[in-house]
Amino acid sequence: MAKGIWIIIEQHKLEIRKVSLELMSQGRIIADKTGEPLVAVILGKGVAALADKVAAYGADKVIVVDDDKLTDYTTGAYTSVLNKLIRKEEPQAVLLGNTAVGKDLAPRLAQRLGVGLASDCTGMETDEAGFLTFKRPIYGGKAFAEVESTTRPVMATIRPNIFPLAAADETRKAEVVNEAAEIDASDLRAIVKEIVIAASARPELIEANIIISGGRGMKGPENYCILEECADVIGAAVGASRAAVDAGWIEQKFQVGQTGKTVSPTLYIACGISGAIQHLAGMGSSKVIVAINKDPEAYIFTLADYSIVGDLFEIVPLLTQEFKKLV
Amino acid sequence: MNIVVCLKQTFDTEAKIVLDGSGKIDANGVTLVINPYDEFAVEEALTLKEKFGGEVTLVSMGGERTQEALRTALAMGADQAILVNDPAIESPDEWMAAEVLAKAISQIPYDIILAGRIAVDDGSSQVAVRIADVLDIPSVSSILKLEVEETKATVTREIDGGTEVIELSLPAVLTAQKGLNIPRYPSMMGIMKAKKKEIKVLTLADLGMTAADLPRKMSVPKFTMPSPRKGGIKVTGEAADAARELARILREEAKVI
Repeated sequence: MAKGIWIIIEQHKLEIRKVSLELMSQGRIIADKTGEPLVAVILGKGVAALADKVAAYGADKVIVVDDDKLTDYTTGAYTSVLNKLIRKEEPQAVLLGNTAVGKDLAPRLAQRLGVGLASDCTGMETDEAGFLTFKRPIYGGKAFAEVESTTRPVMATIRPNIFPLAAADETRKAEVVNEAAEIDASDLRAIVKEIVIAASARPELIEANIIISGGRGMKGPENYCILEECADVIGAAVGASRAAVDAGWIEQKFQVGQTGKTVSPTLYIACGISGAIQHLAGMGSSKVIVAINKDPEAYIFTLADYSIVGDLFEIVPLLTQEFKKLV
Repeated sequence: MNIVVCLKQTFDTEAKIVLDGSGKIDANGVTLVINPYDEFAVEEALTLKEKFGGEVTLVSMGGERTQEALRTALAMGADQAILVNDPAIESPDEWMAAEVLAKAISQIPYDIILAGRIAVDDGSSQVAVRIADVLDIPSVSSILKLEVEETKATVTREIDGGTEVIELSLPAVLTAQKGLNIPRYPSMMGIMKAKKKEIKVLTLADLGMTAADLPRKMSVPKFTMPSPRKGGIKVTGEAADAARELARILREEAKVI
């Protein structure tokens, strides 16, 4: 009874989120192991054009729901459409990225379906029976919980940057199925009036491969340009510690930590960050950590892979120059 | 206006996490606080009350100690509290918590239900949104701004890379993101008044439910600790040399640039 592993593809203005393709890549591996078909589900307006792209990342089947009312994500309409599809097709598993959309949509959908949900997972395995089990950080990453669902479909949201992106294979073709949306008025009690995306060429914090972050040692808001210059050379996102946010030096949306964003980049460069436990919780799963701090006793040094004891105002601009030579 | 705030008591974010002998999270000696994001929800509820009148009711589930968190929020200015405390629902999964809390809320009048966008303990960001679905009302997660006009609300919500403005009908569930407001501290007067405010403690039976109505949807979690990181290489020397060496290591050895 192969009902499939479903990946809910997130797209904005017909641009597919990287985490959705990461899930396709890992989904393909699980599909091959379990013999389940891999199904990509795309909701939106004009999204049929995206079917080839997800096919290239391993989809056996693509379900497309194209409707004006799905142009922008709304909790009500997206939940309603997916609830009906899932009840009809009965997939084994439904996976989403742990993004602003995934975090809002997945719990509402899970409740509508009467099932459990593992959120913000940083690990996903199959057991002997081919069932999915999940590992997820709790207390902001100070510990982990290993959970599995007792209900079907298994549902989870997966954190960006956990699974590597496979190479796209443009020759792969998938069966494409169009489904009608059937949205009624009660699904549209909350409507999007306006979307404001901050003009930034830098990657989104939670999806960035590299993050350069500044803490109390930044001394003031005017100094973040040092990090921004470095970030732009290596294609990094800029982050901050709670101390810097609470001081009003940088907007809250840049905060990394237990009361900010939890991130898992390939490289995390901590500048002038002492390493408060709630900050470490938010970035401790980074693959490589670099610390630059003038206090040799800073706690962050006890877990950084590479450290420089020194003045960040001197070191970071020099580092930026060195990076320029490399990229 | 009747405002409900879903409130959870959590470990302080500075708390160190250790496992006890049976592999459970050890709460011994840990300072318990109101989930920081729920404080934004309480503050927003009090602001709405000041503007429109009405009552703020706190709803929570947990053990006896949860009363401390509720008492603090009552001291901030909430009017009353409901605590569902039943040994049958110890360490509930998110589906169970939502079913129980929604049942408790359904027995009181509500125009707006506020909650934190995430609890800093289990970090699942699920229960408030699930409650909205049980109650069949709209929800918006992670709000930074709220304006209420009669039976309509306009909210600004944080999305990845920006914000969006959403208009919705009330009643609704809204979850608070940091930035929505700055929570007040309880005043001396508030603390005195809070002592006389009612915390109604309910069991599942009081809600007309039994443990059999609440089958787990998720397994009881197995807890593990992160593999400890060790401090690695200290790059030393003159600033320029150290920067050059660090860049080289990141490119050639770590292969991350």
